[in-house]
Amino acid sequence: MFGKKSPPITEAWRGITFTRRAIVVGGAQAALFGALAARMAYISVVDNERYVLQSESNRVNLTLVPPRRGWIVDRHGKALANNRVSLRVDIIPDRLHDKELVLGQLKTLLRLDGDAMERIERDLKAASGFQPVAVAEDMTEQEYSAILVHLPELPGIAPQRGFARNYPTGAAVGHLIGYVGAPTAEEYEKVKDPLYITPGYKTGKDGLEKYFQDMLRGKPGAKRVEVTARGKVVRELSTQPDTQGKTVHLTIDADLQDYAARRMGPESGAAVVIDTLTGDILAFVSMPSFDPNSFSDGISTSEYSWLRGDDHQPLINKATRGLYPPGSTLKPMAAIAAIGHGMDPSERHTCIGGYRLGNRFFRCLGTHGSLDMPHAIMKSCNSYFYWVADRLGYDAIAPTARLMGLGEEFQLAGSNQRFGTIPDSAWKMKKYGQRWTASDSLNAVIGQGYVSVNPLQLAVMASRIASGRSLYPRLVNRQFKNEPLPFSAEALGTARLGMDLVVNGPGGTAGRSRLPLDGITMAGKTGTAQVRGLNTGNGKGGTWKFRDHGLFIGFAPVADPRYAISVIIEHGMGGSRAAAPVAKDILTFIYDREKGMKALEAFEAGWGGTIKERMDRNYAAWKAGIAAPDPGLAQ
Amino acid sequence: MIPVPPAIQRVPWKLIALLGSIVAFDLLVLYSAAGGSWSPWAWQQGVRFLIFLGVMLGISRMPLRIFEDFSYLGYLGVLLLLVAVELLGFVGGGSQRWLNLGFMNLQPSELMKVAIVLALARFYAQLPPGNTRTFTALWPALAAIGVPAALVMLQPDLGTALAISIGGVVVMFVAGLPFWWFGSAAGAGAAALPVLFSMLHDYQQKRILIFLDPESDPLGAGYHISQSKIAIGSGGIGGKGFLNGSQSHLDYLPEGHTDFIFATMAEEWGLIGGLGLLFAFFLLIRWGTRVALRARTRFGQLTAAGLTMTIFFYIAINLSMVMGMAPVVGIPLPLFSYGGSSMLTIMTCVGIILAVENDSKTGSRRFH
Repeated sequence: MFGKKSPPITEAWRGITFTRRAIVVGGAQAALFGALAARMAYISVVDNERYVLQSESNRVNLTLVPPRRGWIVDRHGKALANNRVSLRVDIIPDRLHDKELVLGQLKTLLRLDGDAMERIERDLKAASGFQPVAVAEDMTEQEYSAILVHLPELPGIAPQRGFARNYPTGAAVGHLIGYVGAPTAEEYEKVKDPLYITPGYKTGKDGLEKYFQDMLRGKPGAKRVEVTARGKVVRELSTQPDTQGKTVHLTIDADLQDYAARRMGPESGAAVVIDTLTGDILAFVSMPSFDPNSFSDGISTSEYSWLRGDDHQPLINKATRGLYPPGSTLKPMAAIAAIGHGMDPSERHTCIGGYRLGNRFFRCLGTHGSLDMPHAIMKSCNSYFYWVADRLGYDAIAPTARLMGLGEEFQLAGSNQRFGTIPDSAWKMKKYGQRWTASDSLNAVIGQGYVSVNPLQLAVMASRIASGRSLYPRLVNRQFKNEPLPFSAEALGTARLGMDLVVNGPGGTAGRSRLPLDGITMAGKTGTAQVRGLNTGNGKGGTWKFRDHGLFIGFAPVADPRYAISVIIEHGMGGSRAAAPVAKDILTFIYDREKGMKALEAFEAGWGGTIKERMDRNYAAWKAGIAAPDPGLAQ
Repeated sequence: MIPVPPAIQRVPWKLIALLGSIVAFDLLVLYSAAGGSWSPWAWQQGVRFLIFLGVMLGISRMPLRIFEDFSYLGYLGVLLLLVAVELLGFVGGGSQRWLNLGFMNLQPSELMKVAIVLALARFYAQLPPGNTRTFTALWPALAAIGVPAALVMLQPDLGTALAISIGGVVVMFVAGLPFWWFGSAAGAGAAALPVLFSMLHDYQQKRILIFLDPESDPLGAGYHISQSKIAIGSGGIGGKGFLNGSQSHLDYLPEGHTDFIFATMAEEWGLIGGLGLLFAFFLLIRWGTRVALRARTRFGQLTAAGLTMTIFFYIAINLSMVMGMAPVVGIPLPLFSYGGSSMLTIMTCVGIILAVENDSKTGSRRFH
């Protein structure tokens, strides 16, 4: 409209134009003021509710308090796994902006070593953004307050006063209890539970910790705190306490477990003790082991590779996952089977140093002369049992072996079992497409050849021979029928008598392992298993891993059996030499703790200290690049 | 009735009351923003205001003639300073906006906002009316605006460059240049937006993109706008109460005492506080516009209109920004944001407008 005006332009026109345009400008300004006022009213009145919510969610930080994990206790209520107060600090990767700076600061403040830094870097890489990465646990009060003081300069750092899992007996319960650890990203993705990404929260990763996870977990508490934009807590608004997880009661006897673990010494092997009245597992040991405390705190790369590199395989639970040829420990079972098939235990067979089968001669370890069944067990005479197997065939013996629990996978809390093989003709045909031969029977009856079992099964077998009932092993109080086995009193009596003679008879194979107790005797059976497929030397010396395994099964007291035991010492060069003495000391400890401890202390002095002392020293030596001394020579 | 002495009568009490109440409110907000403390911001802002109030009154007593006579010289001087800053920045390897004078940091771009208005006002006051619609009326003004705006853009300071331009353009507009020039320039500008956009710095582009969609990056560059809107919106009608603003006190609101002080205020005082402040600013702008309309000389008219626009521009851009209606540009809220430079500029503007007002009371209207 202004542009259409035609000249002449005068001062008067200019004045009018100015007034008009100034009013246009002023009007525009007033309109904008109005728009601003309207906009503000819209934000603060119409959208008020939404923004109030957002402001609250800014201001208030709801943090979960990880629940205290339930205890795992033994049969007397003694803690196998409990919690201790722990000052910890985590990194929340999402809030970590200057990684180098923060890690550098933490390294200085907490004096972290290269191992720890490496682990943190590794975990940071693996973690998704919101998943906390543990920097340090069990800090001292000084370290903790140093972190608190520097908190404003350390965005992304979350210090916490919480609880950590504690295993008072350390490595002794490693395989039994398992361990806990921070949930992985995959676990979180699966459940989407915010607790899974709360610093300090651990889930069971292995063993009973994993099996009883739901029971042990507890309910998290919650803490509402007012925080600044940088995550600094201004004040607590309200707190709801956590609910501790339930206690898991085990059948284990903590002291016996610890003793058995220590008694294994530097050897690689397993020991299982079962209560023959109930089937309760009293000790469940696989050694060497790992310290579950290290795992639960986030194990360092080098400690883990130290464990992995050990030829004694501390990461494998040999009690359930170690499969061994049981050797002569199967002979009492074979005797029961033989009597069940009509053999007379008093019938004698003459050992001429072996047994001739067709044109093959199967050797015995000695020339035992004329023997009845109990004495054949006592002398562990192979010839006698070759004769039995040749007469009956192994298909007659295998069912008895299975009734004894061999080859069976037990429903046992938290265990992951390899259950081995009790072979028979059908099995061989299915597996190899070959007919069963008489020599297969001969090999099987002395626990070699296709036969393989795990130490738990051996202990179950011992408990079933001792009790005559089909005892089912248990770690928690589950009810089983434990019905009598379909064996005659004569059969069981013969097997027990033979086993009694093994320890207490004149010239029994475990005669050196009689219990040093008044009125309480142990019965047992030794076994020596050749390391399969290797025929280097005679198995009694030479390179550790080519030596024979030593096995022992037993029970005590002979008169009225109460405890059954199995012990296996890998490459121990023989049951009577390596395994029986261990069983002797463990059973002695049950009845006379003082005597048992005295024996153990003498051994430990020779081995170089307790489990923890030796592990710490070996780890240090390993780290220093020195090969650990061959533990096979120690005993 | 007691006769009021003329010296007292001449003091613009109403205006001082208006400015004083804005700043008094500001001091309360700064007191709260510091977590309930007069230091470090509130007392310093108060002292600064008193000093600048003196400066303002001093300026307002000066004859308008002086501003007119020295306007070109002043413009050239400030332009030289801008070039100097640019060279220093070039030598120092980085962008620089101020000159260190020893006792204070001088930001020439702030002075340019005033200088450009004075220079163009004089130019159009002296331009023969007949030339108003000729090219002669256009190119010197465009050059006078373009050179400093370009220099400031180089710093880079988009907000100040816009403030310089808008002050100059408004003087051109009220000077009576053909309406369609502005219309076609605006059209051409809109068409050239993509090109201009591509010439901006990365961070400036980002700010504009985020302004268009703040939710796209709520924790990054969109954080400012989001948090500011949360602060204002959560205040509601009556606000959360004095000293109770969680957004500002817990540091969620960035720049809560400078560029985003309006959000800090609105959180605690709500819509009522916000509308009150808007009304106060409205009164200030209305006063400036009235002075322009009543000015005795053409130079006075154009100066008052241009400077009023400069003040308004600060208010409008800052408030649009904090309410999410404009991209984040570093423009403070006049008299409210903590800081000396902007307050000095605003008080100078008000002082000169006062000088125009005083001038219009001294004689008859004349247009030359």
